[in-house]
Amino acid sequence: MNRSMVTIDGNEAAAYIAYQSSEVIAIYPITPASPMGEWADEWATKGRPNLWGTIPTVVEMQSEAGAAGSLHGSIQAGALGTTFTSSQGLLLMIPNMYKIAGELTPTVIHVAARALATHALSIFGDHSDVMACRQIGFAMLASNSVQETMDHALIAHAATLESRVPFLHFFDGFRTSHEIAKVEQLTLDDIRDMIDEELVRTYRLRSLSPDRPVLRGTAQNPDVFFQAREAANPFYLDCPDTVQKAMDRFASLTGRQYHLFDYVGSPDAERVIIMMGSGAEAAEEAVDFLSERGERVGLLKVRLYRPFSVEHLVASLPSAVKSIAVLDRTKEPGATGDPLYMEIVTALVEGLTGDQTRLTSMPRVIGGRYGLSSKEFTPAMAKAVFEELGKEKPKKHFTVGIIDDVTRMSLDYDKDFSTESDDTVRAVFYGLGSDGTVGANKNSIKIIGEDTEFHAQGYFVYDSKKAGAMTVSHLRFGPKRIRSSYLIERANFVACHQFSFVEHFNVLQLAQPGAVFLLNSPFLSGEVWAHLPTVMQEEIIRKKLRMYVIEADKVAEEVGMGRRINTIMQTCFFAISGVLPREQAIAAIKKAIGKTYHKRGASVVEKNFAAVDAALAHLHEVQIPAQPSGSISMQPPVPESAPDFVKRISARIVAGDGDLLPVSAFPVDGTFPTGTARWEKRNIAPDVPVWDEQLCIQCGKCVLVCPHAVIRAKVYDPALLAEAPETFKSAKPKWKEFEQLSYTLQVAPEDCTGCGLCVEVCPARSKSEVKHKAINMQSQPPLRASECVNWEFFLTLPETDRQQLKLGQVKDAQLLKPLFEFSGACAGCGETPYIKLMTQLFGDRVVIANATGCSSIYGGNLPTTPYTVNHEGRGPAWSNSLFEDNAEFGLGLRLALDKQEEYARLLLKGLSPLVGEELVRSLLEADLLAETGIGQQRERIRLLKDKIVGTQTREARDLAVVADSLVPRSVWIIGGDGWAYDIGFGGLDHVLAYGSDLNVLVLDTEVYSNTGGQRSKATPRGAVARFASGGKETAKKDLALMAMSYGSVYVARVAMGGSDTQTLKAFEEAQAYKGPSLIIAFSHCVAHGYDLVHGMEQQKLAVQTGYWPLFRYNPDLQREGKNPLQLDSRAPSLPLQKYMLNETRFNILNHADAASAKHLLGEAVDDVHSRWELYEKLASLPPGDMRNFGKAVLETTGAK
Amino acid sequence: MIDLSTDYLGLHLKNPVVVSSSPLQREIDNIRKMEDAGAAAVVLHSLFEEQIRLESEELDRSLNQGTESFAESLNYLPDLDKYNLGPEPYLEHIAKAKKSVGIPIIASVNGVSTGGWTRYAKMMESAGADAIELNIYYMPTDPEVGGASVEDRYCDVVKQVKSLLHVPLAVKLSPFFSSIPNAMNKIDRAGADGLVLFNRFYQPDIDLETLEITPHLDLSSSQELRLRLNWVAILYGHLHADMAITGGVHTADDVLKSMMVGARVAMMTSALLEHGISHIGNTLRDLRSWMEKHEYESIRLMLGSMARRAVPNPSGFERSNYMKVLGSYAIEDADFVGDLAVKDSF
Repeated sequence: MNRSMVTIDGNEAAAYIAYQSSEVIAIYPITPASPMGEWADEWATKGRPNLWGTIPTVVEMQSEAGAAGSLHGSIQAGALGTTFTSSQGLLLMIPNMYKIAGELTPTVIHVAARALATHALSIFGDHSDVMACRQIGFAMLASNSVQETMDHALIAHAATLESRVPFLHFFDGFRTSHEIAKVEQLTLDDIRDMIDEELVRTYRLRSLSPDRPVLRGTAQNPDVFFQAREAANPFYLDCPDTVQKAMDRFASLTGRQYHLFDYVGSPDAERVIIMMGSGAEAAEEAVDFLSERGERVGLLKVRLYRPFSVEHLVASLPSAVKSIAVLDRTKEPGATGDPLYMEIVTALVEGLTGDQTRLTSMPRVIGGRYGLSSKEFTPAMAKAVFEELGKEKPKKHFTVGIIDDVTRMSLDYDKDFSTESDDTVRAVFYGLGSDGTVGANKNSIKIIGEDTEFHAQGYFVYDSKKAGAMTVSHLRFGPKRIRSSYLIERANFVACHQFSFVEHFNVLQLAQPGAVFLLNSPFLSGEVWAHLPTVMQEEIIRKKLRMYVIEADKVAEEVGMGRRINTIMQTCFFAISGVLPREQAIAAIKKAIGKTYHKRGASVVEKNFAAVDAALAHLHEVQIPAQPSGSISMQPPVPESAPDFVKRISARIVAGDGDLLPVSAFPVDGTFPTGTARWEKRNIAPDVPVWDEQLCIQCGKCVLVCPHAVIRAKVYDPALLAEAPETFKSAKPKWKEFEQLSYTLQVAPEDCTGCGLCVEVCPARSKSEVKHKAINMQSQPPLRASECVNWEFFLTLPETDRQQLKLGQVKDAQLLKPLFEFSGACAGCGETPYIKLMTQLFGDRVVIANATGCSSIYGGNLPTTPYTVNHEGRGPAWSNSLFEDNAEFGLGLRLALDKQEEYARLLLKGLSPLVGEELVRSLLEADLLAETGIGQQRERIRLLKDKIVGTQTREARDLAVVADSLVPRSVWIIGGDGWAYDIGFGGLDHVLAYGSDLNVLVLDTEVYSNTGGQRSKATPRGAVARFASGGKETAKKDLALMAMSYGSVYVARVAMGGSDTQTLKAFEEAQAYKGPSLIIAFSHCVAHGYDLVHGMEQQKLAVQTGYWPLFRYNPDLQREGKNPLQLDSRAPSLPLQKYMLNETRFNILNHADAASAKHLLGEAVDDVHSRWELYEKLASLPPGDMRNFGKAVLETTGAK
Repeated sequence: MIDLSTDYLGLHLKNPVVVSSSPLQREIDNIRKMEDAGAAAVVLHSLFEEQIRLESEELDRSLNQGTESFAESLNYLPDLDKYNLGPEPYLEHIAKAKKSVGIPIIASVNGVSTGGWTRYAKMMESAGADAIELNIYYMPTDPEVGGASVEDRYCDVVKQVKSLLHVPLAVKLSPFFSSIPNAMNKIDRAGADGLVLFNRFYQPDIDLETLEITPHLDLSSSQELRLRLNWVAILYGHLHADMAITGGVHTADDVLKSMMVGARVAMMTSALLEHGISHIGNTLRDLRSWMEKHEYESIRLMLGSMARRAVPNPSGFERSNYMKVLGSYAIEDADFVGDLAVKDSF
């Protein structure tokens, strides 16, 4: 049979089979499994039929728990169902999985296996999630490569129908889910041949139907539950044979024979590794290499982990085996060993006593842990394991791949050991996120994979930052099958797509002697050498590299590609790497361009063609001098002045050496210091804002909107200017009360991302040239040195005394130090200005509960953290629990803080004789609403501590610990709309209703931003998003209205670009309100599809068109006899199109399906008008009627 | 029986009132109403070279933005299967319009450069357009670029498009040439079958509060007709191409004047936007009644009857008339003349 070869990743491979074999697909986004759901959704939208000729129904749910529930329902009612998930998502499915298994209902859950959040969240791959499911009763089938992922997906779908045992099919997150490889695609006939139609019919007949009614899911009692539970045993006993049968059938179709346990290596191996997952591919390379050299080693790959077949295990092991190392990619703290190890030990003990064993004695078994959170596992590590097995006294339990200097469990390995084949091309590319490098490389893999006989593999490593991030692409091509499930260690081609990297990273580290090096350089071939750091020059000479340069940025600019250098660099790669003949490669690139961009329009295709031609004309080889020259040195990752922790640990991670940090370097419980982002000078902005002190009206708007807190303002004693650097600017403050002081607006040139939002919001224009504002973007390199000095000086100036400021005014509030700075958020992020504002206002007494999402990633992703402290060392304490439980977690924080305050008050009263009645009274009765009161209270607490220090009673010692809680703590619960509207809504609703004094900040981007733009219930009608590619057909949920309906929740809808004063007011009021407060903040986002430099203008349009009405609902007003709802924006004054058509999320539908866009836009206009009408009515109700709020809502909406 | 018919671009038209390019023609229903109201032909709204390019580049930019940068979100928007970013929707519109009405449909393409986009004219022809109107409006901003090279650029576009077409080609132009007769002559020789005089310069305005440039569009008035009458009258008899007047045609009087200076058709837009499509009917009724009253049997009879070369005193279309006008104002209001002179010296 003719099967085509395709270059796809593991997610697509699994989704391809799952889609064909299913009728109902319930999905929910989670990294790294989201693309499986996205593929299913895309295919369904395009009308691709499944095996039975219907289009699978793809339903996005509010959480993985919801997806599992609807899957459970679907398969009970006789549809073939599937779902995709990962990590915590899989954990949320567990309750339903027990039911599905208990009811012996066939289904397959495809899992991109990922670490579980413990001391930290990790999106990367290991087996923690799937191993948390081993007790449920699902069969568990592991895939080690992209090909196996497709093959085993089908075997699982086939076997579940016959065995009735539901399957969990898993493969390693990222390593396999995101690895692109050339695989043989199974045909529809293959799938049809594997899925037994008769079994499908029997399956349907077992379903719930009123025509043959049954009852499933009884409640059973002690008399029968146990026996009934045992009744399923035969199915589990039969399952392994059923799977093997399916594997055999599969082999007869495809020639690829799998077994429940596959052994490779020397037939008379004495030392054997047992493992499952992608690491087995690397281990197999080591085994091949060593056994070819006569070593008696082997590898047993576990395919079917559940139900575990002892019989098949022992039958698969070579009879000569003397010692076994079982490798687990998970950690079970406190257990005798990790789960696969335990399983194997038990199985061997049982197997030795069985009838069919070939083993004569119990081998020695040791257990090792590897690869947590996608930590590399290489043939060198496998070799180290074999060496350990060969020792007389090997470690019984070990780790490999890290340096454990605490419990000394880790194995040393030979870093120079390599099994890479000489006939494989190995190319490494360093690019900048969004410069197109990764896309071009994915394209190259397709070209080589599909146009040649070569095998191809691509794997991509991304940065932890969303803006200005480095990407590293690892590409392998060659005549032999590529098993290397690890990053390239010896490259014969290295490309550096950004010249600025050469100062920061050793991009030639992986280059092998004689390799080709391609550099995108602003300097021509004759000049570039002098601009390279000397260590790099030395490496080029020592390794005898051949070096080429291309002025890709200039060429891109000239052909109208902007900063997209993808096509140019791809052309250069093909031109000099020799993978394909040049002419053939260029033709293939152009063909691929046509295929990819044709639908986006002829001019896009033409631009890319022009880029190909221009690239070849500008590519030049560099003559390498015999000796290094010049004095350019590499930049240190952090400055010398950084604190010890940052220098010892953060700096190593920044430099890309995190893998080398030993266990002892880390906090034992995941607790990290804050305020470390300031030391990571990323220097990524080509242009930075420059202040014109003459024009500036000191309104503070630029400071307010800056997403990365790189623009700061201070007023200070002019005498301090005596020490100022030469180019430091200052102006007379435009405050009456500060007239005698000086004012400075300063930019941090190395922390800026160059988004330009500040310039866009600046209202002050030059009278002689209006394009010149009070703040203007200018090229950064010439300013860098002087502005760095100015910034450092600025930081030494004292902070403005917050007690002297009128914090209801933006210009005053923007003199406060932000306690959230230099995060890894996208350039121009619409969320971070709100968080920053909150930290300016309340940051020195804030505890934050942060839902998983963008805000937890830019808020808490290593290497450095943006939350920071003020000059007194106070600042936000921050924690991320999970995605789904953030409101509940925040409530818990509130309850605990209240308890501490209560205890402090109790102790204080008891200690009155010691402390003094006057101080006790003032501490207990202080007015703490304003900054002045809080400042005075802090002073009283200091006095209190002075008085009780040294008193050894329990009460005094306890009071010393909890006294600080006498300054009111502010709890902020922060998250995105995915959390608040969907997965966390139940908890949020409960917490709002509960009534505790806490503040909820919903950063509403109207889409799941962090996982790549899937729709949420906050997505507006008409917007295109993932899982809504035809435009969302239902209206956005009105979370504010729901919260208002309680009557006891402070609710505000804000949009900083619509009204910064209203935003500020809402934050102040929410904080002051003694009860739950909800602020829904409109946050522009890269997922909206426009240049974010216009983010604030778009927010303004959102308000003016009525798309985002501004209001505040304050229950305190009700108590004062007023209407609690105040509308802060006017009735829509511009047509909605003015706002919507600027954004690709709306506009794309217009391009794709104008009729549908027109229809949805029409309905969206109705949404805006009816919502406005409702709010207007509510805001005009007499105060008494507010008690009948719900009635008023019903009356208004009922009229629609 | 009064004969209102005229010939334009080799098309036989039942009367000289043609609807010029406007957003109204985006709706097939409006085109139907135009035919019902009596329009002799309809020029469709323009397909803009820049719009197609900008839309496709903007979509490409938005779909690329932020992609392949962060492991959790390798992209943010679904890349749909098909976008109507090329001329296809416009071509479908031509076909629909042709099916819906019996009058000639003239497709309009608007651009400034030679290049791939000019093939859109050919596609429009294949989609059924009876003629193509090429709206060239190049705004020179480079002080180094002289008038001759601007005119060459126009001619190149015309030649390129003409070489592709079998149906007639009209060229819509602006009045901003240093020698209009010479420029028109060159474009005529480049192969244009018709010249549409003139497109309207949409001048931007300034918002004094925000200090921003704001796009501005006013409807035309009959006042603007005079410029057209002047140049058509001068050009009549010197060109092979048919001339059409557009800009300032609001009434039957305007149509009559247009015919008399030598235009084959008079094109209307602003009047329809202002008074509705039924205004065509009113205009034709007034046209007929004027001709009855003044005993004109046909439009053909009056074509060019008041062109420069047909009037007894051609200086009415020349500089001497301009001086006379200034002089007459000077008598009435000396200050105003000063203002006018200053304005005209620009």
